[in-house]
Amino acid sequence: MIFHEVLVVGGGLAGLRAAVEAHDAGCEVAVISRVHPVRSHSVAAQGGINAALANHPDGADDSPERHAFDTVKGSDYLADQDAVEILTGEAPARIYEMEHWGCPFSRTPDGRIAQRPFGGAGFPRTCYAADKTGHHLLHTMYEQTLKRRIKVYEEWQVLALAVAEGRSYGVVALDLRTGTIESFGAAAVIFATGGGGRIYGHSTNNIINSGSGMAVAYMAGVPLKDMEFIQFHPTSLFGNNVLMTEGARGEGGYLLNALGERFMAKYAPKAMELAPRDITARAIQTEINEGRGFPGGYVHLDLRHLGAERIMERLPAIRDIAINFTGRDPIKEPIPIQPGQHYFMGGIDTDADGATEVAGFYAAGECACVSVHGANRLGGNSLLETIVFGRRAGAAAAAYVKGGGAEAARKGAEEVLAEVKAQAEKKAAWVLEADGPESPADLRDQLRETMFEKVGLFREDKTMQEGLRKVRELRDRFPRIGIQHRGRKFNLDWARTLELEGMLLVAEAIAAGAIARKESRGSHYRTDYKDRDDANFLKHTIARLTPDGPRLEYRPVTITKWQPQARTY
Amino acid sequence: MTTKRPEKFTLKVFRFDPEADQKPRLDSFEVPYTDGMTVLEALFYVLERLDGSLAFRFSCREGICGACAMFINGSYRLACETQVARLLDEGHAFVHVMPLPHLPVIKDLVVDMTRFWQNYEAIAPWIVTRSADPEKERLQSPEDRKRIDEYVGCVLCGSCYSACPSVWRNPEYLGPNAMMKTWRWVADTRDEAKEERLGLVGNEQGAWRCHTIYNCAEACPKDINQTNAIQHLKRRTVAAMLRGSRKLRTGRAGLET
Repeated sequence: MIFHEVLVVGGGLAGLRAAVEAHDAGCEVAVISRVHPVRSHSVAAQGGINAALANHPDGADDSPERHAFDTVKGSDYLADQDAVEILTGEAPARIYEMEHWGCPFSRTPDGRIAQRPFGGAGFPRTCYAADKTGHHLLHTMYEQTLKRRIKVYEEWQVLALAVAEGRSYGVVALDLRTGTIESFGAAAVIFATGGGGRIYGHSTNNIINSGSGMAVAYMAGVPLKDMEFIQFHPTSLFGNNVLMTEGARGEGGYLLNALGERFMAKYAPKAMELAPRDITARAIQTEINEGRGFPGGYVHLDLRHLGAERIMERLPAIRDIAINFTGRDPIKEPIPIQPGQHYFMGGIDTDADGATEVAGFYAAGECACVSVHGANRLGGNSLLETIVFGRRAGAAAAAYVKGGGAEAARKGAEEVLAEVKAQAEKKAAWVLEADGPESPADLRDQLRETMFEKVGLFREDKTMQEGLRKVRELRDRFPRIGIQHRGRKFNLDWARTLELEGMLLVAEAIAAGAIARKESRGSHYRTDYKDRDDANFLKHTIARLTPDGPRLEYRPVTITKWQPQARTY
Repeated sequence: MTTKRPEKFTLKVFRFDPEADQKPRLDSFEVPYTDGMTVLEALFYVLERLDGSLAFRFSCREGICGACAMFINGSYRLACETQVARLLDEGHAFVHVMPLPHLPVIKDLVVDMTRFWQNYEAIAPWIVTRSADPEKERLQSPEDRKRIDEYVGCVLCGSCYSACPSVWRNPEYLGPNAMMKTWRWVADTRDEAKEERLGLVGNEQGAWRCHTIYNCAEACPKDINQTNAIQHLKRRTVAAMLRGSRKLRTGRAGLET
């Protein structure tokens, strides 16, 4: 059995930041990742990362407190305010640290880190590196792991988390290159496995974002929190839903319907295109649904008035993507866009140190729910979350290991993992031999369509019940699947089918949470309950897996300074 | 502008498992064309509907993660941002997908990039500073930031390394990516180990092994000119030699602090 003091699952920003922190705290650390770390989804983040640096004259009086208020208001008051204050309070230090590590941020004329406006703040707070901020941050973080010679297991897919008597002992994982299944004992395990965007159709997410980390934790008995809150990004490319950064509107881009109107004036007269994502995405979909979109269902993101020079300097990747995928140059033509699934506000239930109710098991980044995003995340806060809470989870895991956690894990891991590995192998072997009539690709496609159509931007009890029934039907069909290829080596058919059951379980938790929340808050908008209901629903949803499906519990929201108010922009 | 699209097109894919197959083969698949279809989407169609044994790498599907570099119809391209329609417009009768040439095949389109990553690590690809970190950011003018813009856009896809005849001839050569990444740090005003870096690559397995063939620059899906970067390294190395800089001789140790 392989053993590491701290085992980080996931090679994106949160995972690598956690690994660096645990390493610097003196722990022996390894990272296990389904892809090479630079292929992780953090790389696709475009527009920027928020911190109250006050580098821009229009944001000279910015402060962590103002950033916290905007985040809390953006969350529709569901975020835990103590955690938000940590997020925004630690933000400047984390950004400067990334700069000291060599991240090539864009610069102000006097050489400081450049900032641009993003939704929900309205003035420049979002630090950026052109429109490839995630790429630059991830490469910089990866460089820091190389410098520390942190061991990375590349192209391994984690199948199970080993938990016994409230304590974590490690994971069982599949080596994609050989098809062998191994036990990884660990004193502390940190999940930084990203979101589950691909449970939905029309997702901006990379193809590997199946939510498998959330599912693996959920199946091991760790609860998920606030899963019903799914962010739809207002501007994804019509057709394939590649992200078109909020920075395009931050730089001054307009949203226009088929009549040529800047329709945001009707929905957010003050903030216009820089209203938060939930409001903007619904506005776009409303225009489309009411017949003011273009044929097929899209509106225009118009950058032409920004001019060629500004587009090429600030938004070069957006221009490349538009040209490559639609053949249209945004300097000359508007970009066709539609809302697309973008982000999971919910995730593995953690505190502000990434700790879960299982001793020695931590989570950070999109797979975790602290909660700092509540019912709606502000653009620029997810990259920030990865490095703030990635670091904190790494520090907490290291403290746990140094505080005696390693001893217990070393003693028990062999035995606990043997049992978990045997079960994982049994299931994997079953899938590898499965020759039933149901195609995993069909099940996956139907799941995605169901979630987007029935538990999407606009929700109501009847359609969500239909959605939940459909998800359960797909679960019932799963035992009758058949895969095409029986070899173990780099068998994508097998590996992707192994994730499918988890995707169905997570989908069920989303739908169940959404049906039970009889109000509208942030991204969760119900046409049958249009108002926010603080009296009954100012609380987090906690979902636990039972043989009968998710069991829901609720937990109060932590309020420190900001009492809930009406949310207008 | 829009030409008529076929209902179907032929996708020919390199297939090989060195542990199981005597020799490689080319499999042909008929794939239904959908509007805007990319080569990566066509590969997924095959995987999910026609042949579950096909192996290839993928992740972001938007040209930024670097996972799906392949040799497509005779050119280095990222499968995810290559439109099938564009290949047909270029006059190709079918879509032809090969793994990155000159790298060991693990299975089908999946190649072993170990050497590429080892060479990348060998040049100490992280910032080295001697001065204490300032309280806030290290200042850098927009003009100085612009000088590294081309090079930091690298997605580490391996195309340049695969395309370099000097690498084919001499596998000990660190290759165009590691050289270009060295220049990325030498050109960055914030890095404080420039001459140590030059010393690390100013030898026959480094910059001097580049014969300005420009294959790397031609191959790069992100339009980076690695060859030019290497010539910058040669010039700077000569200048430092003429100055008699002792930092050229620290080796990798000079970059470890």
